Amino acid sequence: MTWLPIGTIDDIPQRGARCVVTPQGKIGVFRTHDDRIFAIEDHCPHKGGPLTQGIVHGASVTCPLHNWVISLETGLAQGADEGSVRTIPLKVEEGRILIALDRQLMAAE
Amino acid sequence: MRPMTEKLVIVGNGMAPGRMLEHLFEEAPGRYEVTIFNAEPRVNYDRIMLSPVLAGEKSYDDIVIHGDGWYIQNGVTLYKGHKIVAIDRGAKTVTSDHGVTESYDRLVIATGSVPFIIPVPGKDLPGVITYRDLDDVNAMLLAAQSRDKAVVIGGGLLGLEAAAGLKERGMDVTVLHVMPTLMERQLDPAAGYLLQKAVEARGIKVMTKANTKAIVGNGKVEGVELADGTVIPATLVVMAVGIRPNVALAKEAGLAVNRGIVTDDRMATSDPDILSVGECAEVGGNVYGLVAPLYEMARVAAANLAESADKRFVHSDTPTKLKVTGIDLYSLGDFADGDDREEIILRDASAGVYKRVVLRENRIIGTVLFGETADGAWFNDLKKKETDISEMRDTLIFGQAFQGGASADPLAAVAALADDAEICGCNGVCKGKITGTITSKGLTSLDDVRAHTKASASCGTCTPLVEKLMVLTLGDSYNPAAIQPMCSCTTLGHDEVRRLIKAKRLKTIPAVMQELEWKTSCGCARCRPALNYYLVADWPDEYADDYQSRFINERVHANIQKDGTYSVVPRMWGGVTSAKELRAIADVVDKFAIPTVKVTGGQRIDMLGVRKEDLPAVWSDLGKAGFVSGHAYAKGLRTVKTCVGSDWCRFGTQDSTGLGIRIEKFMWGSWTPAKVKMAVSGCPRNCAEATCKDVGVVCVDSGFEIHFAGAAGLDIKGTEVLGQVKTEDEALEVIVALTQMYREQARYLERIYKWAKRVGYDEIRRQVLDDLPRRREFYDRFVFSQKFAQVDPWSERVSGKDKHEFRPLAAVRYQLAAE
Repeated sequence: MTWLPIGTIDDIPQRGARCVVTPQGKIGVFRTHDDRIFAIEDHCPHKGGPLTQGIVHGASVTCPLHNWVISLETGLAQGADEGSVRTIPLKVEEGRILIALDRQLMAAE
Repeated sequence: MRPMTEKLVIVGNGMAPGRMLEHLFEEAPGRYEVTIFNAEPRVNYDRIMLSPVLAGEKSYDDIVIHGDGWYIQNGVTLYKGHKIVAIDRGAKTVTSDHGVTESYDRLVIATGSVPFIIPVPGKDLPGVITYRDLDDVNAMLLAAQSRDKAVVIGGGLLGLEAAAGLKERGMDVTVLHVMPTLMERQLDPAAGYLLQKAVEARGIKVMTKANTKAIVGNGKVEGVELADGTVIPATLVVMAVGIRPNVALAKEAGLAVNRGIVTDDRMATSDPDILSVGECAEVGGNVYGLVAPLYEMARVAAANLAESADKRFVHSDTPTKLKVTGIDLYSLGDFADGDDREEIILRDASAGVYKRVVLRENRIIGTVLFGETADGAWFNDLKKKETDISEMRDTLIFGQAFQGGASADPLAAVAALADDAEICGCNGVCKGKITGTITSKGLTSLDDVRAHTKASASCGTCTPLVEKLMVLTLGDSYNPAAIQPMCSCTTLGHDEVRRLIKAKRLKTIPAVMQELEWKTSCGCARCRPALNYYLVADWPDEYADDYQSRFINERVHANIQKDGTYSVVPRMWGGVTSAKELRAIADVVDKFAIPTVKVTGGQRIDMLGVRKEDLPAVWSDLGKAGFVSGHAYAKGLRTVKTCVGSDWCRFGTQDSTGLGIRIEKFMWGSWTPAKVKMAVSGCPRNCAEATCKDVGVVCVDSGFEIHFAGAAGLDIKGTEVLGQVKTEDEALEVIVALTQMYREQARYLERIYKWAKRVGYDEIRRQVLDDLPRRREFYDRFVFSQKFAQVDPWSERVSGKDKHEFRPLAAVRYQLAAE
């Protein structure tokens, strides 16, 4: 598995998100109020809404289209809704964010 | 012939004379010129509620019955802190200890009662107090600050309430009771035992058969010595062993006095010009200490004074309830054992429930309930009506819900009560009176019901019953727990949060969450946008807008679509555009390959399907043509729709287009609780459809008719007319003031029509149309807020603000074959 550097913590606002474009679709990288960083697919299991555009609260994000709440930790839909998104392995080294993708032959621009 | 107004003097200002005056002013307004002498230096307050004040559940202000304003309104002269020392029946005057002499035509003596002080050595030591009025409560509160030891002498109603209150305030409390069980006058021994266990469970020590011999101490209280020689240390001793009617003044005046001041059943004393009500009066050989019969005396005395009806005092049993939170106790009538009596008993030891109904000839004559008292009113009703209970004898003790196969639905039980069933024992209000008044007066709130019927206005224990009656009468439109929390992060409702933000001067979202005890670390997608709006609206110059708490549309100033693209609507003031503007839009559509262009209902042009990354460039091109954001995405001022008005239309009466543009240019950029759409029509033909908008103007020959609170979305509702003004300037000022009032008061996401219905159209009219200084204040606050709000968000972002919103963090691609 190759770890790809994609940016730094400071590139993402607290309680906010940025997206990373990949050939397999968009990935959302989220920063919580207490500076934890998570990466999940940027694609709501409900109707495919862009989760990076939602409001981040605790370790969850609320989808901007129909208010599904998705856990950033597990990728599972919260409450009565059922569904999940893929979580992407991520680590932070000295403020630099690295993600691991399935395919090895990748590079970040 | 009687004089135009007669002089009525009242000695004492407790609950009984207070209630008497309420009846009197209703039945014979203006007949008497009223003067009250109150030995206490204050207004009339609810003495029943002293225990909750002591326990810290209420404050003095909460228990005031008649504030100073009431005396002024009713033309009553109140001498506070004046004790009457002499009545001269010959001259028909009274004289106070401060030397004020007042003459009377009719006199009412309502001196109440004095606490009984047991005549033991040390009774006058500092630290020995009684439990009678607010001064006593204040003295206890002061003593409780020591968190030291207290002894309460007397295990009756008052003594136990005092003990519970002092314990609540942190004192170490012992109750001494001379009899073998607590409250022996109201409870049988079994219930007395359960009560003792419940009191002890709160950490209060109880000693029964405890005979006080002396109060010991050197210069101040140090302890209580019992007959057996035991000394219980204490720094505070509360004497609550009983009361006796305060008859000294009446006796000196030569009135007939027995245990109390003797009156006939119309509350007249042996001197027909002098009446007596309250705990000092003895009627039919009885003196009373509970509020219900005292209020009955007040009713009778008022009728006597007003000469309105021939009302007579009739004795009835009054239930006893203990006002100690968490201990439910109810007793009524006669429950002594006897040969001619039978009893039905239910005990549930694990639940701490004891119920006993005493019967004579199949009729209830007494009831004791402990632990579960909901059926008290029902038993009372059966007793009062002397209902033959033989039919339901087997299930009687289980209560009303078990009769006639009815379900255990508490609402059904209340619905099944007869119209003359008493609901409020303190004020003698029956079910029919409550439901009838709710219907005839259109009451919708508990406070209204209390004001109109007095039900649950005294001790408040019947509040749940009254609320059930409101649910029965009003249906779903009455919600007893009307405060809907903002979201699951808090128990507070929107109104409460808005009030506290201002009262506590909270100026950041973390401060709100900290001070108002939010249950989550940083809120949720429901409360954060609401809080952000409230802070923007309340502190326009100080609050730093938190974009992470805004919905995506307001964060990127465009409307998200189902596929994640955005729509862009530039502002066209009043719906007016030009060839240059249209050309610029056409160029943008071509350049960015925007798939759909559509005209909106608010007379604007909408470009749909713009990619997020393209937004700043789109705005840049639009900005060069002079466009600013149309705020089509905002909880804010959206559009002002207009017709062509007097410029072109042969029917137009005013320049509706010009006024629409003026309003829009003045108000754009302001954030509001929900979207605001406006329209201006140039004549009553109303081509701009102003009468279904949040705010609308219909121009007429003589000026401008201002409309508000319309809706044409989820709900359809024609507007209400706010009023008519003569000039454009005035129209603008009224509309701005209305919007500002809405901004300051409404709940987040609540449209104007819903807010206005809740607040009342008349109230809004009064504040923004009739009350000129107030209108001006709203206007000024809006203008101040606009200084910070009227910044074009598009040009800000073209200049680089929030760049991160519009660019991916990174793009990843397949790497070409590596080495």
